[in-house]
Amino acid sequence: MRWLILVLLSASLASAQVPFSRIVDADKEPGNWLTYSRTLDGHRFSTLTEINPQNVANLRVKWAYQFPDPHTEVSPIVIDGILYVTGPNSAAAIDGRSGRSLWQWSRPLPHDFVSIGFGHTNRGAAVLDDRLFVATLDGYLVALDLKSGAERWSARVLDYKLGYSMTMAPLAIDGKIVVGVSGGEAGIRGFVDAYDARTGRQAWRFYTIPGPGEPGHETWSGDDWKTGGGATWVTGAYDPELKLVYWGVGNPGPDWNGDVRPGDNLYTCSFVALDADTGKLRWHFQFTPHDTHDWDATHVPILFDGVIAGQKRKLISIANRNAFYYVLDRTNGQFIAGRPYAKQTWAQGLDARGRPIVAPDSQPTDKGALIWPNANGATVWLSPSYSPQTDLVYVPVREIGATYFKRNTPYRAGVLFAGGGENELPPDDSWGAIRALNAETGEMKWEFKLFSPPWAGVLSTAGGLVFSGSDEGNFYALDAETGKPLWDFQTGGAISANPISFTIDGHQCIAIAADRVLYVFSL
Amino acid sequence: MRHATLALSAVLLCPGGLPWYSATILAQTPAAKLDPIAGKKLFQENCSTCHGLDGGGGRGPNLHTPHLKHAADERSLRALIENGISPEMPAAWFLTDDEIANVASYVLSLGRIPQEKVPGDPAQGAAVYAQSQCAMCHTLAGQGTSIGPDLTEVGARRGAAQLRQTLQHPESTIPENFLLVEAVTASGDSIQGVRMNEDSFSIQIRDFSGRFFGLRKADLKELKKLRGATPMPSYENALSPTELVDLVAYLAAQRGQL
Repeated sequence: MRWLILVLLSASLASAQVPFSRIVDADKEPGNWLTYSRTLDGHRFSTLTEINPQNVANLRVKWAYQFPDPHTEVSPIVIDGILYVTGPNSAAAIDGRSGRSLWQWSRPLPHDFVSIGFGHTNRGAAVLDDRLFVATLDGYLVALDLKSGAERWSARVLDYKLGYSMTMAPLAIDGKIVVGVSGGEAGIRGFVDAYDARTGRQAWRFYTIPGPGEPGHETWSGDDWKTGGGATWVTGAYDPELKLVYWGVGNPGPDWNGDVRPGDNLYTCSFVALDADTGKLRWHFQFTPHDTHDWDATHVPILFDGVIAGQKRKLISIANRNAFYYVLDRTNGQFIAGRPYAKQTWAQGLDARGRPIVAPDSQPTDKGALIWPNANGATVWLSPSYSPQTDLVYVPVREIGATYFKRNTPYRAGVLFAGGGENELPPDDSWGAIRALNAETGEMKWEFKLFSPPWAGVLSTAGGLVFSGSDEGNFYALDAETGKPLWDFQTGGAISANPISFTIDGHQCIAIAADRVLYVFSL
Repeated sequence: MRHATLALSAVLLCPGGLPWYSATILAQTPAAKLDPIAGKKLFQENCSTCHGLDGGGGRGPNLHTPHLKHAADERSLRALIENGISPEMPAAWFLTDDEIANVASYVLSLGRIPQEKVPGDPAQGAAVYAQSQCAMCHTLAGQGTSIGPDLTEVGARRGAAQLRQTLQHPESTIPENFLLVEAVTASGDSIQGVRMNEDSFSIQIRDFSGRFFGLRKADLKELKKLRGATPMPSYENALSPTELVDLVAYLAAQRGQL
């Protein structure tokens, strides 16, 4: 009888299984995980409460799934008991009860594809109506049938021969699929694209490096803008009321040699707010003008409503790779607050408008200059988490400095265009932490220290827990109020992925990818 | 074919059994025209973003090692530089064959310091090594114990001056990733030894008797990391100047099987 109901239920949803309204109202169905950060506001917060500080020590592995490729960074999508995972140019549907795959899809990589500045990876999929959307390394956005994995359409987003690629999970908004590109170390000109979810036709493109005649072009000189970088390789956030897409923009090119590109280099190292219908720029905020340390602002933006000076405001916040935490007004980009959340030696502070007061001797030199944080930043693409319950932002923090150097590197299409690099400090001189920051101010409430700088994102839950992973394979739970460690499990592989939570048969599960294995835990 | 000729000439020129691909030797071979200095410049321009300015590692691995993980010899290193390692390392297809050879010669020079002329008698040094009971802590060519680093290739990794420095002031030249720790358990027992591994929640220690301990950090009263400490005594006064010179000569000659 139960099976029959299940079958009927799924049949009734077959035409449009996940309409956009389900994603907007994600809190009505806490057992699912319908978009990269669960909700469009980038919180990576689960409202599930079955697993809590009192019972988390009883978590056990429910099943494990092995990916065909190592170093998995995927954050799965979960729809009504089925998990959807991705890898480099691949995707699969997995039965949430048994861990057995239901279908698998892959697309061969061209023999001449080269990833410049990153590994072969993919961080997840988007879902809308009856389709799963996957971005491929060689530059296609592919729509797959949720039931079978069959290709419905594919759109060519970019030319990989110029060093462009895609590794992020697309973002489904109302009727459109938004994607960003990798390639910030290859002298690309970055962009954010939107495609019609039904047809795959391009709806709009926003270039992160303004061309001649566009506002912001004056922050470049000569032809610098053509190789200006500004990759967009981490999934953004969406406010369905304001109809604004928020996206982080990466470093300028070449990364470490700023001599060859004088100026602020807009809109690199910025957040941009784009009109969802047209892709037109509504506002921008640049965190690191004229960056010379590879501090991409490619982070998942956190959208929340908070009280500033007694007034309720629509806010956007980010713990930036440059070691400062920022709070902005998300209607207009106005700077509200900012402060360091990790060791940094490059800025003396932020001025009244949020622009950094750059410290002397903080630029890469020919011989090398020791600066905190290192090029991977005080945090990186790893998702932070915001709990509306505690009003805290949980940030995976990397405490590590580096000796930055610069070199002259000519631009060659499809070749590394970095202009220098860094020598990292030895392992015992670096460490990591999960820090809980007051969302409105960035003030630290607690920290949990880690043996090394982490590469894993954070999940917080209404059960009062924070989950994350370590580079040494520990997957662990902390008390969301105090940071006290409550449970840990050795996965056997370095964790560089974001955790999620969902239900199978009504019971809460936690999932994390560790190297090439996806673990699902339950009580 | 050119490669085979090179190898042969190098071997013929060096009957002493020096590694034929040693950068120094090849640079002295007229036919080779290898230029590690030019290789260094190319390395800094094209490889240092990941491997660091001096090849010491960063996003990519440290290349200061006598055994490169992905290249067993000079020929495979050239092929590796030309073709890359999918998916992380891009191919250097834009470099000429000569430029690739120069980069390879530079990279190989990082892992094996060139053989130098060292005073002292290595045979006498072997006797000093035995008398001083170095094998109580070290392994050399498969013999001995493993409290301290394996010395089978120590002459390829450390020059005579540094070997002498280590024998006289061992605390000043602690090897990378060697850490002495002391853990105090809840019951007050102290465990001192070498850190074998560590993560945020646990530490694994081997004590001086060779016993392994896997400890939960939460269960410990104290965990001391004895940075700069070493169980190795100084041999500055324990050995005569001649014995010290001979022991250095013996260790400098330990360049492994390559």
